Amino acid sequence: MSTTVTGRTQEPTPVKREPDRPPSVPTWRRKARPYLLSIPAVLIIAGILYPFILGSYYSVLNYSAINPLPSFVGFDNFSRVLSDSRFWGSVRVTLVYAVVATTVEMVLGIGIALLLNRASRIGKLFERVLILPLMVAPVIAGVIWGLMYNPQFGVINHIFGLGSTFNWLSTDMALWSVILVDVWIFTPFVAILVLAGIRSLPKEPFEASEVDGAGWFYMFRRLMLPMIWPYILVAVIFRFMDCLKIFDHVYVLTAGGPGAVTRTLQIGAYEDSIINLNYSQGSTYMFLLWVLVFITARYLVSVLGKAQRRAAGAEG
Amino acid sequence: MVKELLPGRRRFTAGSVLADIALVAWFAFALFPILWMVLLALKTPAEQTSTYFVFSPTLENFAIVLSDRGTALTSVDFTSTLITSVISCAGAVLVSLVIGVPAAYAAGRWKYRGSNDVMFTILSFRFAPELMVIVPLFVIYHQIGLFDTRVGMIWVLQLVTMPLVVWILRSYFQDLPEDLEQAALLDGYTRRRAFVMVALPLVRPGIAAAALLAFIFAWNNYVFALILTGNEASTVTVAITKFLGGGGQAYYNLTAAAAVIAALPPLILALSIQRYLVRGLSFGAVKA
Repeated sequence: MSTTVTGRTQEPTPVKREPDRPPSVPTWRRKARPYLLSIPAVLIIAGILYPFILGSYYSVLNYSAINPLPSFVGFDNFSRVLSDSRFWGSVRVTLVYAVVATTVEMVLGIGIALLLNRASRIGKLFERVLILPLMVAPVIAGVIWGLMYNPQFGVINHIFGLGSTFNWLSTDMALWSVILVDVWIFTPFVAILVLAGIRSLPKEPFEASEVDGAGWFYMFRRLMLPMIWPYILVAVIFRFMDCLKIFDHVYVLTAGGPGAVTRTLQIGAYEDSIINLNYSQGSTYMFLLWVLVFITARYLVSVLGKAQRRAAGAEG
Repeated sequence: MVKELLPGRRRFTAGSVLADIALVAWFAFALFPILWMVLLALKTPAEQTSTYFVFSPTLENFAIVLSDRGTALTSVDFTSTLITSVISCAGAVLVSLVIGVPAAYAAGRWKYRGSNDVMFTILSFRFAPELMVIVPLFVIYHQIGLFDTRVGMIWVLQLVTMPLVVWILRSYFQDLPEDLEQAALLDGYTRRRAFVMVALPLVRPGIAAAALLAFIFAWNNYVFALILTGNEASTVTVAITKFLGGGGQAYYNLTAAAAVIAALPPLILALSIQRYLVRGLSFGAVKA
């Protein structure tokens, strides 16, 4: 900067105007830079996109182990799957699972976050171990809970004196039992996110409304909840989306049974594709699940966007 | 009562005692399965179906699981699956870092046309149903010889690690004041040198956290190894379920020992990066 302003003490015009460009770098390279940096990542994704497209393509073929030279059958798979009560059973199981698990985890997670936020001595101690269940692989959690649920030697029946006749993975109970495992694994996830949200809040509004004599529930509902809403929504999105495609611990615990009471969409697809080697039918399941996930994701993310903008606006 | 909402102000009241009781109840529920798994892993075969809490513990199960004896008993070579898990997870994280860090930098530093689409596409793989891509990959892997190989596992675990690395690091790069790099540019650094010498060292904690979290997620993955590997490149999560046996003798205490071993790396890593966990778990979707 060779400004020759004299007689004034102001700073010279900042050099920041073209911050990105040391004189020697031409504009096109500067513009291309972010693209160049992203290309490898995009290529990797494109590499995954290929099997994804291939999978979608399978759903319009009659491709299976006994039919290794598939032909195009249009939407036959879709009409067959959509008129199959087993498919709708899987949809029902998946939705019940996702709604119940997400709801319970949100309620418990928010409650635990509020309790931990009180910073009691017990709370400080527990906060450190809060994440432990979350870090146990869901399939290992499935194995542990399977041993604990066992009617003959399971510790749960022993502790609660239920005897060996009470079967946690029976037709009536299995869905609730696998949801309980989900709650065990993922409630800490909700609690951590919400706790982070609460910790990021300013103190002043609470002190002000305390002076005004507001009760804690009023403050929670009118002050805290709106401000941590984006955090709650993020937790809802992650939990609900993951529940729609749940597989690991459910498969280990019940493999979709007894009958089909825990046959979620991914387990149904696994049965069709990998066990029965009917690739087309499995892919049709997955394609429909993907559509469900995609629509839900777009909706929830748009809700989140609005909430985040509102929160940002409220702060500013 | 109002004070309960704010940290650092606390009195002994009926409410606070109830709150502590509720917390203890949750943590009893949350920690019991882990405690039970450890206890079971320390029991002898004769005690494996017992529900005792007091017994004389033995480390025998761990020794069996990790030795040839376990392999002979259960036909699961657990040590080899451990090695596979380490190699394929570390490999996936390494590749994700090499490829993901520049992409995260680009996304965090510049707003370019299509940047949001690229980022959303990367994130959408977090929510894609795994089987959608695995079924075709199952067919492709058989055709090109990647089935049941560690290279095949590294490639597919990218699906887990890449979105994580890119999204977490993007928010770190966004938080980094651009002035620092501009100062370096003014000193005559090239953009690349400014990135390597200035930006990269400053986000090193973020890179470490992202890498460890990505490693944990890859380690805990089950579906990919279940479908895309056989006996050669199987991972620990798949191996554990094999201990439960199908039809034959089940070795519950060995299963528990294997589960403890397999859960240790993620637990230790998670405790070591606890400070960074929220940003990681939410993939930068909320700033924390």
